[in-house]
Amino acid sequence: MEVIAIFAPLFGFLLAGLFGKGLTDKGSQFITCLCVIAAAVISCSMFFDVVLDGHTRIVDLVSWITVGEFTVNWALRFDQLSVIMMCVITVVSSCVHVYSIGYMSHDACKSRFMAYLSLFTFAMLMLVTADNLLQLFFGWEGVGLASYLLIGFWNHKDSANAASMKAFIVNRVGDFGLALGIMATFVVFGSIEFETIFAHAADMADVSFEFWGGSYHALTVIGLLLFMGAVGKSAQLGLHVWLPDAMEGPTPVSALIHAATMVTAGVFLVARFSPLYEYAPIALQTVCIFGGITAFVAATIGMTQFDIKRVIAYSTMSQLGYMFFALGVSAYGAAMFHLVTHAFFKALLFLGAGSVIHAMSDEQDMRNMGGIWKKIPTTYVLMWIGSLALAGVPFFAGYYSKDIILESAWADGSWFGSMAFWLGIAAAFMTAFYSWRLIIMTFHGKPRAEEKVMAHIHESPAVMLVPLFVLAFGALFSGKLLYDGFVGSAHHGSAVATHAGDTETHADVSLKEMEKSLHGAESASHDDAHNADHDDAHTQDEDAHHDDVAADDGHAASHGDAHAGPQFWADSLVVLPENDTVEAAHSVPLWVKKLPIVVGGVGILFAYIVYMWSSGLAKFFTTVFRPLYLLFFNKWYFDEIYNALFTRSAFVFGKIFSIMDKKLVDGLGPDGLSKLSLRVAAVLSRAQSGFLFHYAFIMIVAAVAILSWFVLIRPELF
Amino acid sequence: MTEIPILSLITFLPLVGAFFILLIRGDEETAARNAKYTALYTSLFTFGLSVYMFCKFNGDLASFQFVEKYEWFSDLNIAYRMGVDGISVFFVMLSTLLMPICILAGWKSIKTRVKEYLAAFLVLETFMIGTFCALDIFLFYVFFEAVLIPMFLIIGIWGGPRRVYSAFKFFLYTLLGSVLMLLAMFSLYFTVGSSDITQLMNLHLPLSAQIWLWLAFFASFAVKMPMWPVHTWLPDAHVEAPTAGSVILAGVLLKMGGYGFLRFSLPLLPEASAYFSDLVFWLSIVAIVYTSLVALVQTDMKKMIAYSSVAHMGFVTLGIFTANVYGIQGAIFQMISHGIISGALFLIIGVVYDRLHTREIAQYGGIVKNMPKYAVVFMLFMLGSVGLPGTSGFVGEFLSLLGIFKVNTVIATFATSGVILGATYMLLLYRNVVFGKVTNKEAAKMKDLNGREIACFAPLIVLVLLLGILPNLVLDKTEATVTRLVERYNTSIELSQVAGEQNDIAPASGYRNADMLAGEPHRPANLDANASMKHDTMKQEKKDDAHVVSDVAGKGGES
Repeated sequence: MEVIAIFAPLFGFLLAGLFGKGLTDKGSQFITCLCVIAAAVISCSMFFDVVLDGHTRIVDLVSWITVGEFTVNWALRFDQLSVIMMCVITVVSSCVHVYSIGYMSHDACKSRFMAYLSLFTFAMLMLVTADNLLQLFFGWEGVGLASYLLIGFWNHKDSANAASMKAFIVNRVGDFGLALGIMATFVVFGSIEFETIFAHAADMADVSFEFWGGSYHALTVIGLLLFMGAVGKSAQLGLHVWLPDAMEGPTPVSALIHAATMVTAGVFLVARFSPLYEYAPIALQTVCIFGGITAFVAATIGMTQFDIKRVIAYSTMSQLGYMFFALGVSAYGAAMFHLVTHAFFKALLFLGAGSVIHAMSDEQDMRNMGGIWKKIPTTYVLMWIGSLALAGVPFFAGYYSKDIILESAWADGSWFGSMAFWLGIAAAFMTAFYSWRLIIMTFHGKPRAEEKVMAHIHESPAVMLVPLFVLAFGALFSGKLLYDGFVGSAHHGSAVATHAGDTETHADVSLKEMEKSLHGAESASHDDAHNADHDDAHTQDEDAHHDDVAADDGHAASHGDAHAGPQFWADSLVVLPENDTVEAAHSVPLWVKKLPIVVGGVGILFAYIVYMWSSGLAKFFTTVFRPLYLLFFNKWYFDEIYNALFTRSAFVFGKIFSIMDKKLVDGLGPDGLSKLSLRVAAVLSRAQSGFLFHYAFIMIVAAVAILSWFVLIRPELF
Repeated sequence: MTEIPILSLITFLPLVGAFFILLIRGDEETAARNAKYTALYTSLFTFGLSVYMFCKFNGDLASFQFVEKYEWFSDLNIAYRMGVDGISVFFVMLSTLLMPICILAGWKSIKTRVKEYLAAFLVLETFMIGTFCALDIFLFYVFFEAVLIPMFLIIGIWGGPRRVYSAFKFFLYTLLGSVLMLLAMFSLYFTVGSSDITQLMNLHLPLSAQIWLWLAFFASFAVKMPMWPVHTWLPDAHVEAPTAGSVILAGVLLKMGGYGFLRFSLPLLPEASAYFSDLVFWLSIVAIVYTSLVALVQTDMKKMIAYSSVAHMGFVTLGIFTANVYGIQGAIFQMISHGIISGALFLIIGVVYDRLHTREIAQYGGIVKNMPKYAVVFMLFMLGSVGLPGTSGFVGEFLSLLGIFKVNTVIATFATSGVILGATYMLLLYRNVVFGKVTNKEAAKMKDLNGREIACFAPLIVLVLLLGILPNLVLDKTEATVTRLVERYNTSIELSQVAGEQNDIAPASGYRNADMLAGEPHRPANLDANASMKHDTMKQEKKDDAHVVSDVAGKGGES
């Protein structure tokens, strides 16, 4: 059953990819949607079994590589962490699959697009259910491939091709670190299977490891190398340059891959390796610093961009930064929490932006939008919901997850924790600002588009809006529902933490009640799954979604339980008692809890002042702070620096080396020699022709040389 | 082994086919057609026989199988000895697999001297298989050298405009290396009094003698491989060779170098191999980085793939000289995988060359529209070449890197960076040829793959994916042989060091001192704690000890 969840998307990919023509567009769309939705239904039903009842398991498929001590199997690992990821991936992927039917309705290659989406879903599922590092690497590169194919989907566009190449190659730089990390893991642990690594992580805490001539703390080296992979895949500062360019791909791709799932693979990787990172404090510190700075820098850039998708892309990068600094202070649960809520509201924002772009006849520049909110009210409302969740306005999903991250960072008490906290607060202000800048520029003010475009503006069809509703539901409620399970307090009774504005006390819920509600939810979900089989793709999607919600309900109820946090994650996340910042986050001072809300509110207000009420103010700021503005607008000049440092120099060295090959290596070696021998041969073979003669000639020369060598040097042999 | 002499049968069947082809008479067209079918059936039948042999091959045995021996120069103790072990059996398979594909590939594009062309290929097949099966050094030498003749003719007669230059370059390079190898073989023969490879393996030469012999063998195999800086013949040879010639050149001929290292350098001259391993590592690193960068700026498709071959072979030499089971298994796998992938890539170039008669990348672009099937096939092999997990390219590359990582992390880091560069030039090639805007109207009119071409690619596609997902199909069969090779290697290294031979010659690299130091009491605790190390190869442990010890010494000692 659980194997089907993983391989159904692969099946869809193969059918739509290989027989797309025979199936027709409709057929491919139906099959791929069906496969992914089936995967979603199964994943969500597994949520009960694995996460709530704790039936974790590993399904061995077949052995992959066996060399000496190095044994790797194809195996699927279903534990709390992987099943939660599976639910997110399949639910968002289902939404995107269905949405794409509408979004790509004018495209010529529909079945190819659907096939790629399914391929991506399969690779991502392989990544999260991997039970060893190499299979994780398989999924890791697989999603990279799918991302490459989808960014470059419109392969007649040069910009799309360039962006897809950039994405693949920059990711490869990260993968380079990940690959070295895998090798280092094998050398240190003698295995790359998660079970073995995690079981022995504590024993290896003092082991040192030879690397580049020095002797270093083994787990730190491994942690940093693995993190390098995460930096690439999750677009953290330094290797982030591919993400904004990746917006060349069709918008559903941006929603699925570059917001909700693939870019969070790095977060997943670090969370997965929490048993190891817990013993590598320096690696964690690095993760935290990278995350904090990324959250800040990305937000500064996001404030200045005009392409609607790029604004959201930088916002994604910034939010990923939050997740990473949460990981860095050992708040793995908080990071995963934000990962889930972010998947919903960011996919919603992207698909909403897609809906706008679709309505505006493929216009992406916000300077050419404005004044359209009355024409597409549903999209407008949905974008509001997404932005509210993103900005962390109370009771929306992002509010819970972002606040717990900031509180954890503060609660960590270390200098880098505090640094991340303040960077995060600054980013929270900017997040609110650019979110409303986006809304105001896109929907309000005077229409700036051409009349022809304006006349054409229409609300998206139902096939695009229904997935948006599903995501909006997640953006509205996932925070509240998942809070207790993901980051709930472990303490009973008196020490119950009261989250700002969240007055629900966990102790009040009795165990019996929880079990009752849990089983209710479970049976409901089975009904849904059952019904789904008889329904068409659409309703199935909704069912899948209900299922998910039911799961959330059940889970929220069950984890009203006092020991919610630790039990919920069981062994899939490991936090040392002294590092338990999520626990400490529940007892931070009130101002720490309130500050993110306040700065968020101020950010929104500021956006209204600058872009709605006082139109000259934006210009005023850009002129007064011109150098700063240019720095942000030009994305801190990363692309320019990298171009000069790496891209150009690679080509220059390539040219130099190829000239060297011709002149130096050949000139001294074969060309010189062959000239010589040809001259000799030409003299000798004037009467003859044909290549065999030359061969014979050279053989004779060789034989003479051999004989003379023996005669002169080894005379004793004769 | 009283059964049929299956190896000789596989080896010489193509020669018989070639003989019959040359006998074919009739008007040109009929003769050409008959010759083609004769060649195809011969090569297919040979492949069938080799599959039969492969099925009978017992992967649990480390020794040579299907051994044949006939007296040749009995007075001199030189005999016709044939046999295959876990390493060579795959190279035989690779040769027999690629040959029918090559014959199909030239089906339409070769129009002159068709009979001779096909005969040359079949003769080439005989020599290639013979090289991999020979168990006598002189027999090996004869086959090894003989391969040059048909290849020389294939490039020189059916090649491109600069074919004569390229053919000579190819010939001179490889022959010069081989001459030195012949000297080494004579020397071995006179020392042992036998030319039987299995007997030579029991030989223990002093390091001073090994060094010269090793260099002589190295000269030949490094050129064949080709290693930097003796690689420049390869791009020229590839560019001028006809498609099928390139496929065989990249697919099989380059592997002879790696095979030679595994058959001679490591087992016969273990101490010299250890002595020179650092040199090989650095040459390989240069090959990987340097040729990848060169590949990046090429404007000729074939040249680009040719340079990429040099880079990929860099992983092979790295893997082989790690002398641990991971590196060697990886190297063997990488050679097999590269044989399939680069062969396929040359076929891919051949497909568009047949249609447009140019290899200039700039002449193509946007052909995904009119050749979607071609684009898919190209994509698959491009991904194999960049080593995407799930393709065979990944397994070999990763295992080689794993092997080298255990030995030297600096080298491993540089080598792994080749993975980034490899992706860069392959994606660039793909983008410029398949994607983008249509710049050449002729290119936009090209027809998609036809049935014959799909038949060429189909087996290669299956293999790339199959070996990527289930590489144990190969690794299981090579394991016994490789394990024994590594064990023997370690034993002789150990023996030589026990005998204190390191006094004979000044140690070149740090680890030759390792054994003296390793015996000292202060073994750092961290290595003992590391249980995973204990099953590692002996040599590796010593190297580690040497590093640790020298580190400790550097830090002023440890009590």
